[in-house]
Amino acid sequence: MSDLAEKVLRGEVLSTARLIRDLDDGIDGAIAELKILYPHTGKAEIIGITGAPGAGKSTLVNRLIENFRSRGKRVGVIAVDPTSPFSGGAVLGDRIRMQNHFNDPGVFIRSVATRGHLGGLSSSAYEIIKVLDAFGSDVILVETVGVGQDEVEIAGAAHTSVVVLTPGMGDEIQNLKAGILEIADVLVVNKADREGAQVTVQGLRRLLEMGGFDRKGWKPPICLTVGTEGTGITELVQAVDQHREFWNRQKAQPGFENKRREEDFLRILQGQAVSKLIVSLRRSGSLDEIVSRLVRGESDPYSESEKVLKLGD
Amino acid sequence: MAERKIRILMAKPGLDGHDRGVKVVARALRDAGFEVIYTGLHQTPEMIANTAVQEGVDAVGLSVLSGAHNTLFPAVIEALRKKGANSVMVFGGGIIPEEDMAFLKDKGVKAVFTPGTSTEEIISFVRTSVKSIH
Repeated sequence: MSDLAEKVLRGEVLSTARLIRDLDDGIDGAIAELKILYPHTGKAEIIGITGAPGAGKSTLVNRLIENFRSRGKRVGVIAVDPTSPFSGGAVLGDRIRMQNHFNDPGVFIRSVATRGHLGGLSSSAYEIIKVLDAFGSDVILVETVGVGQDEVEIAGAAHTSVVVLTPGMGDEIQNLKAGILEIADVLVVNKADREGAQVTVQGLRRLLEMGGFDRKGWKPPICLTVGTEGTGITELVQAVDQHREFWNRQKAQPGFENKRREEDFLRILQGQAVSKLIVSLRRSGSLDEIVSRLVRGESDPYSESEKVLKLGD
Repeated sequence: MAERKIRILMAKPGLDGHDRGVKVVARALRDAGFEVIYTGLHQTPEMIANTAVQEGVDAVGLSVLSGAHNTLFPAVIEALRKKGANSVMVFGGGIIPEEDMAFLKDKGVKAVFTPGTSTEEIISFVRTSVKSIH
């Protein structure tokens, strides 16, 4: 029976870290542990923090940890940083801003590299959330990589998505209209002690007033913060709490839970189907044969793909 | 079975504020394809051990330029042991006199690199010694 999953459920740090590592590395057997953990998930509140590089996400996460800990909540953190497309390596440095919490047994921080996954998270992030949930975290803070406009995956993974902006973005906010601003449940203008903070807030207000976002009646509040000083954090946490209440009301609506489960299932199916197919093509040597046919000009990749999926004639 | 990505924690225990060396090594390890967690200056052995455990690293690289290596290196190893992280390999670097090497190795430090060591040497050391853990 599965030792590792049981230890995660008992709140053992070493085993939890081990399972996360196995999931990240795609080790056979890690999924079997997740099956055991799955019934114990769904309890944690998941909060996504996203925004441009240098917007102050890690510093805000540090402040949020502080706030949740003062309310006695156990906090899990997943901090995603980019993998180098050239070497496959990464320097993961988000933790540096969270040092005050290194020796707090109520805080578990895990740095993760994107490993080529686009969308702002790592492909393992969804599973790591489940592990930290089963481990007993009351709140899980997911910090995305520094994002531009289109890395909106966090919206599907979190209950509440916090989008962090900084003053001086000016008209750039207009460009951000589609994509990242659309997923914001809470907007933060961080470094609000800098010049232009009010201009940024006004720009955001105008944008929100223009509407066009399907918010089901939710109007994203705009919070002003100075992460380094800890200013505005109470208001930010209040906004997050309010959104969670809104989310809970939505959850009661018919179809809401179905949609969430469907998305989760299809994501897992997609991942497993593709990787299983590729592994079996490699093992059987079919992949080499296909490539040879393509090189010799005897076939095209579309037909080959259809043949693999047995959709062709 | 997928191949494991090597994960290393690079840490600066103690009071000295010289982090150029550790940053150069961190970057070299990144360029070698490893995932490197860097946590900044002034880490206590307890903080380093907690980070190593939570991050699930294969190895911890310690940089000490203050002269306190004979205290700090063994303290980190002891803190790791207390948390049950016995498989985490510890290596170190800094201004470390020849006569301290035997003591540190005896305490469980797998390798000690002094100024002038090439980053290639460190990379190949990490690669071979971590492979034996996996």
